[in-house]
Amino acid sequence: MRAFGRAFAKNRLALVGGAIVFGLAVLAILAPVISPRDPNRPNIKKILDPPSAAHALGTDQLGRDVLSRMLYGARVSLAVGFVSVGIATAIGIALGSAAGYHGGLVDALIMRLVDLMLVFPRFFLLLAVLAFLKPSIWTIMVVIGLTGWMGVTRLVRAEFLSLKEREFVVWSQSVGASGFRVIWRHILPNAMAPVLVAMTLGIPAAILTESGLSFLGLGVQPPFASWGNILNEGKDTIEIAWWLSLYPGLAILLTVLSYNLLGEGIRDALDPRLRQAIGRFVTRGR
Amino acid sequence: MLWYALRRFVLALPLLVGITFVSFIVIHLAPGDPLEMQMGEMTAESSTQAKQMLREFYGLDKPLPVQYWNWLLRLSRLDFGRSFMPDGRPVLAKIGERLPVTLLLNLVEMIIILALAVPIGILSATRQYSRFDKVTTVFVFVGFATPDFWLALLLMMLFGVQLGWLPISGLRSLNWEYLSFWPQQWDFFSHLILPIVVATFGGLAGFSRYMRQSMLEVIRQDYIQSARAKGLAERVVIGKHALRNAMLPIVTILGLSLPGLIGGSVIVESVFAIPGMGQLMVQSVFQRDYPVIMANLVIVAVLTLLANLVADLSYGLVDPRIRLAGRRGRR
Amino acid sequence: MNRLPARVILVLLLFGGAAALAGCGSEVGGAIEDGPGAASAKPAYGDTLVEAITGNVSGLIPNITADSASHEIGNLLYSGLVKRDRELNLVGDLAESWTFSPDCLQLTFSLRKDVHWHDGQPFTAEDVIFTYQTAIHPKTPTAYREDFRAVESAEVVDPHTVRVTYRKPYAKALQSWGTWMLPRHLLERFVLEGRLRDAPQNWVSPVGTGPYRFKEMRSGEKIVLVANPDFYEGRPYVSRIVYRVIPSQATIFLELKAKGVDTAGLTALQYRRQTEYPAFRKAYWKFRYPSNAYTYLGFNLKDPRFTDKRVRHAFAHAINKGELIEGVRMGMGRDATGPYKPGTWAYNPEVARYPYDLQRARRLLAEAGWTTRNGEGLLVKDGQPFTFTLLTNQGNDERKKIAEIVQASLKELGVGVEIRVLEWASFLKEYVKKRRFDAIILGWGIGLDPDQYEIWHSSKTGPDELNVISFSNAEVDRLLEQGRQSCREVERKKYYSRIQEILADEQPIVFLYFPDALPAVSRRVSGIVESPNGIRFNFTEWYVPTALQRYTSE
Repeated sequence: MRAFGRAFAKNRLALVGGAIVFGLAVLAILAPVISPRDPNRPNIKKILDPPSAAHALGTDQLGRDVLSRMLYGARVSLAVGFVSVGIATAIGIALGSAAGYHGGLVDALIMRLVDLMLVFPRFFLLLAVLAFLKPSIWTIMVVIGLTGWMGVTRLVRAEFLSLKEREFVVWSQSVGASGFRVIWRHILPNAMAPVLVAMTLGIPAAILTESGLSFLGLGVQPPFASWGNILNEGKDTIEIAWWLSLYPGLAILLTVLSYNLLGEGIRDALDPRLRQAIGRFVTRGR
Repeated sequence: MLWYALRRFVLALPLLVGITFVSFIVIHLAPGDPLEMQMGEMTAESSTQAKQMLREFYGLDKPLPVQYWNWLLRLSRLDFGRSFMPDGRPVLAKIGERLPVTLLLNLVEMIIILALAVPIGILSATRQYSRFDKVTTVFVFVGFATPDFWLALLLMMLFGVQLGWLPISGLRSLNWEYLSFWPQQWDFFSHLILPIVVATFGGLAGFSRYMRQSMLEVIRQDYIQSARAKGLAERVVIGKHALRNAMLPIVTILGLSLPGLIGGSVIVESVFAIPGMGQLMVQSVFQRDYPVIMANLVIVAVLTLLANLVADLSYGLVDPRIRLAGRRGRR
Repeated sequence: MNRLPARVILVLLLFGGAAALAGCGSEVGGAIEDGPGAASAKPAYGDTLVEAITGNVSGLIPNITADSASHEIGNLLYSGLVKRDRELNLVGDLAESWTFSPDCLQLTFSLRKDVHWHDGQPFTAEDVIFTYQTAIHPKTPTAYREDFRAVESAEVVDPHTVRVTYRKPYAKALQSWGTWMLPRHLLERFVLEGRLRDAPQNWVSPVGTGPYRFKEMRSGEKIVLVANPDFYEGRPYVSRIVYRVIPSQATIFLELKAKGVDTAGLTALQYRRQTEYPAFRKAYWKFRYPSNAYTYLGFNLKDPRFTDKRVRHAFAHAINKGELIEGVRMGMGRDATGPYKPGTWAYNPEVARYPYDLQRARRLLAEAGWTTRNGEGLLVKDGQPFTFTLLTNQGNDERKKIAEIVQASLKELGVGVEIRVLEWASFLKEYVKKRRFDAIILGWGIGLDPDQYEIWHSSKTGPDELNVISFSNAEVDRLLEQGRQSCREVERKKYYSRIQEILADEQPIVFLYFPDALPAVSRRVSGIVESPNGIRFNFTEWYVPTALQRYTSE
């Protein structure tokens, strides 16, 4: 693990990415402290004011301070992006590696489940969920996570199908390593490349999906802000209030770029030679 | 391999029935009522009566399993039924008039995306951390993070309103009928330029990032290093040995995207006023037009099963070590 | 063009909101510097008018559809026996004249003798009877049956005379015959078989008696109508109308700017902030008049907290309507004091009003027993904090904004509001129909007749019925019954005035505002008259002077 840490630390870009992710998280956590204004309080006299000294990022259609809404929105959007992608990835890795490694019936069953989920009309599933659950940020994260793991599963499985035939895997199996150990220590680290991409791409997708869900009554309900919601509200005012769509757009871009750098760092640090070391660490840690 | 494909084919049928059954039930049980939606708010007795009439007419008064069975029987004759909307048109006609545009747009987009994204991915992998790599990384992520409607409206304002070079929305100009053949083609094509640009820009990130990442992965492998050591030209190493092995995730993602070819992007379609599948489906879903929803589901299901099967079979081509049939088994 | 029966408008409103209703307004509003009606050149035939509709039509027989697009187009393809003129009076259309029997039970129409269907067949009394039979046929999926339920019999007296007999006097009798007349010779078979929807007239070849004929339709793209040269009131000036289907409001506006469409309803924001520059003013007429719809905050009167009138009054005082209208409509709306539009004959201005007054609101709540506050600053009674959920439907930003402002306003009082925005179909089915809500933000379209029996009568609280807030007041019930059974306006005015007083006092809902319709029409069009009936009532008289014509038709 120390080797991983060292390799990671040597990667300047990854550090920058990590720092931005961390910085955004801090801003989100500190939102109540640093927000200049009440994010939810309408002010009819200040509808769609452009950025100024009083409102650094302007105001929205109800005269609310966009900066404050961005800060509070970060809490929702960052959490949704991170957690739902985390859930999807965890499920994807677990099912994908099981399917790819074991093959046969296990593979067939898991893959048919993937097919089912891919086809399943998500909208109606959400409506059904809505009938039982109250809207909350947890509902959103779970819903996005539970309906978004199929891609990762297929990606991981494909890697496993290929990797499990390689010499080093076959060799470790022949010396009697347990299935879990082989998966965890030898195959998975080598299968992470597409997973990291999927995660990076999944985060902005989840942030935007959240605002899509709020129109079903499942997402963050008004007046609470999320980046996706601010962006959506800016749709009708692009011509006269560019700040409503530009800033949340930039925030999402910044997030995805920094996660991307972070992912690069992780992948670089997962250099084949180092992977052995991690594997050893993880197995011992168990 | 052939045996494996055959087995998957045979298994696909019951799977399809299973998928449609589960979906059918969920779609019908979810809140909302097609009759409510098309009749609007009506008054007491007359509406209850009219609704009852329609309910019987559509067979919605029967138990769900019976409804499903009837639907399945009709499907076996390839009869997708009629839309629940007041126009009452055959579902296939409705889908048929929408599908060509969507398919055309999606195919063109897919080709452009692949043609751009794959080279971008390869080049930025072989020149990791070069300026090219950095610029394209930012570029594709900007595309990915930019909301479609935003870019669409921006382009419409610029090219449609300000410059007047391209039409803003729709598929054809009003005077289309009066044009001769080639101007007609150009007119149609010019309406598609902006939608294609918008969709393509947003789609670059996916393929290029997967390509880059898996290329990076492959390049580090020992056999590539040794191929280099043997003094093979870099072009050969990359183009022949590395690329093929790096295609694995691309094949997977392609398989996952294939069913999407018949589904239009709702946002792009409604902003550009393109009468495609995306709009039809959204409308059908909001109006609870069950026959149209189910027909679309069947098509998507067939395509999904097929695409994933093709992807699975292609794995063997990309990496000959992969044997799906499971002959090797787990000791 | 106001041929919509009352209920149609009611339907539309619950659906989309005000935008769909542009075109049926009243009370001349915004001052236009140079009147568009002022004829600058001679009326001329020709040119094409390009209009935008946001959705595909769901059929071409408007009697069996419920969407605004097919009604708007239906109004040009078909006509009714009567229509509304610029002052909203009912005047003859296909009927030359009519007479009521002294007891109001018999209505006799004499029809014009010079009317032909678009296929050349003469229009006769048989068609009127057929339209009536279609409406009441149990297999016709129509929302307009209620209008004809009071009819005892309808008979042909001679080919150009129809006599209708009612069981009891029915105030909306005359208006109801403004419904779109359907051709018997083409549709009878389909009606009898209960397959009216499958008729080709519903999709490819509609045949009516209206000023425009159907030319072609490209599903999801456009619908083209051409002037009917044999129209009984004379050929309309504009030769061709193209309805372009453009789902996005933002796109319609860009098309308007690029002159890709000639007319569009503007949003309040567009009206106030995006169309004031000279080039736009030079290219378009802008109109502003209140639409036939109002938006309200409704309480579930089954909820014990809201049965207390003082609570409802407190809320009414706590909401600053002026600010609300400014906030959600940039000021483009009129204060609502009740369910009737200011300026119409039934409107009664002498009712209780609830000026913005937080002190008073607090006092009222205190009187109702909401005196102590908990740690979060919420009012508490019997250990329960005063919080409720406010529901509204997705797809209507205005309502969402109202909810947000109401929430902020009530917070001042110590009342907690949780907002939920729901998809329309499930909102209707799971919440409104089942009465599973505390409070809602919704709108009502109001008909041109003041009868609102369906909305306020205590017998109309069933799941499929429209008294969604479960309002019940014996006096209002009686007045509604009297109002719909009288055919004398003076008498009816008394009933409806009283109803407005009671509603204002009861505040079963907080009446918020009548939004303004804000259409823009290309300046090359002349002959537009702004009236209490909006601008479209004399559509067939709109024209483009020869010099300004843009499109050569045919």
